[in-house]
Amino acid sequence: MTDDHVYLSLAEGSEEGEARWAFGTGFEDPLHGVDTAVPEELDSRILAAYCLALGDDALVLAQRLAEWCTRAPELEEEVALANIGLDLLGQARLLLSRAGQAEGAGRDEDALAYFRNADAFRNVRLAELPNGDFAFSIARLLVMATWRLALFERLTESKDPVLAAVAAKGVKELTYHRDYTAQWTVRLGDGTQESHRRMQRGIEEIWPYTGELFTTAPPEREATEAGIGIDPATVREDVEATLRQVADAATLTLPVIPTLTASPRTGGGRVGKHTDALAPLLTELQSVARAHPEATW
Amino acid sequence: MSNVEVENDAQHHAQHHAQSGTGERRLQAHFDRTISHNQRIEPRDWMPEGYRKTLIRQIAQHAHSEIIGMQPEGEWITRAPSLRRKAILFAKVQDEAGHGLYLYSAAETLGADRADLTERLIEGRQKYSSIFNYPTLNFADVGVIGWFVDGAAICNQVPLCRSSYGPYARAMVRICKEESFHQRQGYELLMTMMRGTEAQRQMVQDAVDRWWWPSLMMFGPPDSESSHTVQSMAWRIKLHTNDELRQRFVDMTVPQAEKLGVVLPDPQLRWNNERGHHDFSTPDWSELKRVIDGDGPCNAQRMARRRAAHEEGAWVREAAGAYAAKQAAHEAGKKRQEGPAG
Repeated sequence: MTDDHVYLSLAEGSEEGEARWAFGTGFEDPLHGVDTAVPEELDSRILAAYCLALGDDALVLAQRLAEWCTRAPELEEEVALANIGLDLLGQARLLLSRAGQAEGAGRDEDALAYFRNADAFRNVRLAELPNGDFAFSIARLLVMATWRLALFERLTESKDPVLAAVAAKGVKELTYHRDYTAQWTVRLGDGTQESHRRMQRGIEEIWPYTGELFTTAPPEREATEAGIGIDPATVREDVEATLRQVADAATLTLPVIPTLTASPRTGGGRVGKHTDALAPLLTELQSVARAHPEATW
Repeated sequence: MSNVEVENDAQHHAQHHAQSGTGERRLQAHFDRTISHNQRIEPRDWMPEGYRKTLIRQIAQHAHSEIIGMQPEGEWITRAPSLRRKAILFAKVQDEAGHGLYLYSAAETLGADRADLTERLIEGRQKYSSIFNYPTLNFADVGVIGWFVDGAAICNQVPLCRSSYGPYARAMVRICKEESFHQRQGYELLMTMMRGTEAQRQMVQDAVDRWWWPSLMMFGPPDSESSHTVQSMAWRIKLHTNDELRQRFVDMTVPQAEKLGVVLPDPQLRWNNERGHHDFSTPDWSELKRVIDGDGPCNAQRMARRRAAHEEGAWVREAAGAYAAKQAAHEAGKKRQEGPAG
């Protein structure tokens, strides 16, 4: 490499819309060759609601992962947590875009991410809980990744071709997320007394929120009936088996997953009933965009 | 980010030791020949102690700069105003962590230890580029850091792709490619903001005003005050002087500023036809000295964050070590039981 051509290439300045500006953000286009029109036989209201829920899970959890940035226990973890956050952010963008498209009201990914209030978000509450320590974050991420992977594996058969393509890409990512967090769960569970205590505590702290993952809320029920989505109750056994296997290797004790019903009365993120952690998360996420609603970024 | 501004300090600690013995003289002669033929020194090659120490400091300071440099921009990942910008910024800050990793690995090839270098950083015994002691006050800062700070880093680092030490040179090739990408992304953000609202244009100009002088200072003190450059240039771990690189950066940036439609905050800045370069004012070197000495706007905050992450992660690193030791003991036990191979 000579100095000269690097300087020259920098001095060229920028042309609008160069495709390579997106390099480094990790987006191979998973929709390449996929017909993105909403199939006529599908109920677009149901599709929109289902994609919104899965997109919100990813967006909110990606935001929590971004909060780890510069705070990780080691550089390798800094890189890995950012990787996972970026994968989820990528999933969120595709799913929110699909939700907006199916909704047909002109809302794009940014309108949905930045201009809805907490009660309009449909993520499960586990995603929004504050990070806690590394053990808490690993416990949450292990459960979320294992659950989401089980859903995405089945969503590759969705009647919506876009959702199926997003799920197919997501399976590879989520497999890595699950393996990474399973390895850390084992290391921490079977590491020192201190790490064992923290890992066990992390699991116990997130546990009350796991029941919601396997509870069939209205958007999921409708999507399942329409052949678009997956009833999360059907993945419970598989997810629990994987988690038990990891916990055994880690010398940890898993409590029983609680059984809940998500109704507007009993609450749950899928029906817009959140913990008090979501509103401040969104205030931060949306602050610049809302301060400049006319701006383009 | 490279930090020539502090590397001069390293030279004090890397005095040329008098060599003795014919064996050593032969090795030294071979080393000198390798350098003078622009060939690379590799980890297993003999090298003078001063060369090794100077390189460890230079590479460590560069690694520390990457890691501390994650903070000012990292502040904005959670607030980035579109999901595309969020992804770009998140990926960029992640790249910086990756650069830190390669650089610490390059330092380890010289016999340094990452944990020890990290201790030196958080105890304030090793420095990082002072540019990261300035605050990021609006989202345009993200773009201006990409444009100026990555741009300045590239000017500093592209020549180091030809540095005499192989692992450092190779790390630089990869880092420069990624940083030139970051620079373009930063500039593209600013172009977009300049086409937006009046408030956005003001944010860009404000960020340019605040980052211009600290960016010029990234190249270190003027050559007239940088008396330790000579040895590093002889060793080919530094290939251009601070003033040469600064000039290159100014010449490269002026047309980009014009195209963007911002004003660089220097009334003396103008093209000098005779020199074939832009003339510009002298930065306030007392400010650079103050910031290097710890009195910048964010020195304490940056160090506190790094220290907290390190301390709060101690139990995690201990657990990983304990687990690895248990696994190793388990493997060794299995081998013993199996007995000597048959």
